[in-house]
Amino acid sequence: MNLTRRSALTTAAAATTLPLIRPARAQGAAIKIGVMNDQSGPYTNTTGVTSVICAKQALEDFGVSTKGMNVEIISADHQNKPDLAVSIARQWFDRDGVDVLLDVPTSSVALALQSVVREKNKVYLNVGAASSALTGSQCSPNFIHWVYDTYMLSRSTGGAMVKAGGDSWYFLTADYAFGKQLASDTSDLVRKAGGKVMGSALYPFPETTDFSSFLVQAQASGAKVLGLANAGGDTVNSIKQAAEFGLNKSMKIAALLMFINDVHALGLDVAQGLSLTESFYWDLNEGTRAFTKRILPKTPKNYPNSIHAGCYSATLHYLKTVADMGAAEAKKDGVATINRMKAMPVEDDLFGKSKIREDGRNMIPAFLFEVKKPSESKGPWDYYNLKVTTSGEDVYRSLADGHCSFIKA
Amino acid sequence: MIMIFGIPGPLLFGQLLLGLINGAFYAMLSLGLAVIFGMLNIINFAHGALFMMGAFASWMLLDYAGIGYFPALILAPLLVGAFGILLEKTIISRLYKLDHLYGLLLTFGLSLVIEGLFRNAYGSSGLPYRIPAILQGAMNLGFMYMPIYRGWVVLAAVVICFSTWAIIEKTTLGATLRAATENAPLVQAFGVNVPRLITLTYGGGVALAAFAGVLAAPIYSVNPNMGTNFINTVFAVVVIGGMGSILGSIVTGFALGVVEGLCKVFYPQASATVVFVVMVIVLLTRPRGLFGKAA
Repeated sequence: MNLTRRSALTTAAAATTLPLIRPARAQGAAIKIGVMNDQSGPYTNTTGVTSVICAKQALEDFGVSTKGMNVEIISADHQNKPDLAVSIARQWFDRDGVDVLLDVPTSSVALALQSVVREKNKVYLNVGAASSALTGSQCSPNFIHWVYDTYMLSRSTGGAMVKAGGDSWYFLTADYAFGKQLASDTSDLVRKAGGKVMGSALYPFPETTDFSSFLVQAQASGAKVLGLANAGGDTVNSIKQAAEFGLNKSMKIAALLMFINDVHALGLDVAQGLSLTESFYWDLNEGTRAFTKRILPKTPKNYPNSIHAGCYSATLHYLKTVADMGAAEAKKDGVATINRMKAMPVEDDLFGKSKIREDGRNMIPAFLFEVKKPSESKGPWDYYNLKVTTSGEDVYRSLADGHCSFIKA
Repeated sequence: MIMIFGIPGPLLFGQLLLGLINGAFYAMLSLGLAVIFGMLNIINFAHGALFMMGAFASWMLLDYAGIGYFPALILAPLLVGAFGILLEKTIISRLYKLDHLYGLLLTFGLSLVIEGLFRNAYGSSGLPYRIPAILQGAMNLGFMYMPIYRGWVVLAAVVICFSTWAIIEKTTLGATLRAATENAPLVQAFGVNVPRLITLTYGGGVALAAFAGVLAAPIYSVNPNMGTNFINTVFAVVVIGGMGSILGSIVTGFALGVVEGLCKVFYPQASATVVFVVMVIVLLTRPRGLFGKAA
């Protein structure tokens, strides 16, 4: 072909419009899973392409092709914008024949999609978002929440802190749905345990990069624990600056939502000694190590965290359910598929055995980790010491306290 | 204890000092923007991306070549400045005859591309960069605990800002520069290579951004988005100071840092907005900015 600048441009233009004119093939019994997450913003490393890779690994490990199933995985970047996410989801369901919505970090986005999935009667497996409202006031029969939520984080990290004597708290809170929910869940827990909340600073999200003012205020408050109700780059920045101002010597820092990728970004000399909660660690047991070994060649710079592992586990369980009930049935009715998933016991190498509760909460255990000292770390990403394991029943909010509306109906 | 507006005095002094430190970053970034706008008439939206490149350059120097913080303070601005010169020569120089808007769009696009490339290569979580050993630790000032590194940032920023101001306002080179912006053909007639002067000015402005980036690396997360968080505020600073005014951008940068710092004590939720409120008030009362020359 004679490649001129014009022809290259036309080809590029055609390539971008291609998805729009692609005929709706494979509408029959082919299953389509859409992974929607942040692929360019602050949560790229904690969700992003690694989630997609892990979902694809589940197809491979399940042996989709040998079992004669036809499953395809597509993905999109929601840029943390609820409006964009809703329009992508509608396109996926209406035109592309997508059956399952997977991952979806950022609570505001995850909540916005809840009603779309319910309206289209599809399957919504959320792994990346934190808000406990997803199985509470905003619950849906088309929904399963896979690895964590704000209640469990506050219970595991916050509970351990209070038990260790950290009974007075100051919160540094990102001023949006997720941060406020996390701070309020944790405040409740601290008060119930007999502790008190000395104050909090609501800082503008996402414009804030300098936390020094708030850190100095926190220090002046006399609280024993600094609770970070934020995520991603904000958490990294606040911990970095807390160390700079010597807060890590005078207060305990509770990073309420933190992943191994954030620890990597901080470096062990700043992160050492932090307590945090995840439901998965790559170096936990034989199963997790073997999984990480399979995944790493495809994502060499980014080790899998609990969200990535959750995308794998959720996909695997969904595939088992489809194999059990038949692809045609699974495609037809989202609620029926979800009910079947809830009825079947969950089991895989990464999380062990668990059960999905009626409100869509997957009851897996939570692990409280302490970040290792640089001298204890023996290899790349060797970051966590396991401190406390809490069972799903003990760490998640009870069914009654969630007030999920469809349960009574 | 002294109370000022219901806030304990020591806490308030601490916040003023912290505001000044943040102001140092605003001043350095807006200074570069003001120089570039004053001399080239380009609204350089890529400034945030170049600031980010400065931070990344210092990380790369350390990680790949084992070169520490202090050499990086000189090397990173040189490297990023050279990149800026390349940009100016190959792309930006084509737009001088067009409306401001084209320059703005082009540099905005460039910043998206640069940030995208870095995100692709290094992810979004950020990279660790330590405070150099000699600047670690903190002093107890009585009213607050002051990290030595922050003090160093203010010192470095003040020195850099005022030497830039002095070069432009007090030296022959600066005089030539200013003359070239007033009347390029005339200055060219005197045998001065004006295009080269402009290229070097852009390179200098970019180097200032990169210098700020190196200073920022140990305290902020080194990640591809670090510039975008700053750039909007910094543009407001430039507008408030008066587009193209060198001294205006320095003074306004420090002053707005303090205003923002105070807001973080009294009403933290508005701390990201307060700068823009000031901008609106200034634009309504003095449309050319606090230090802008009359038309």
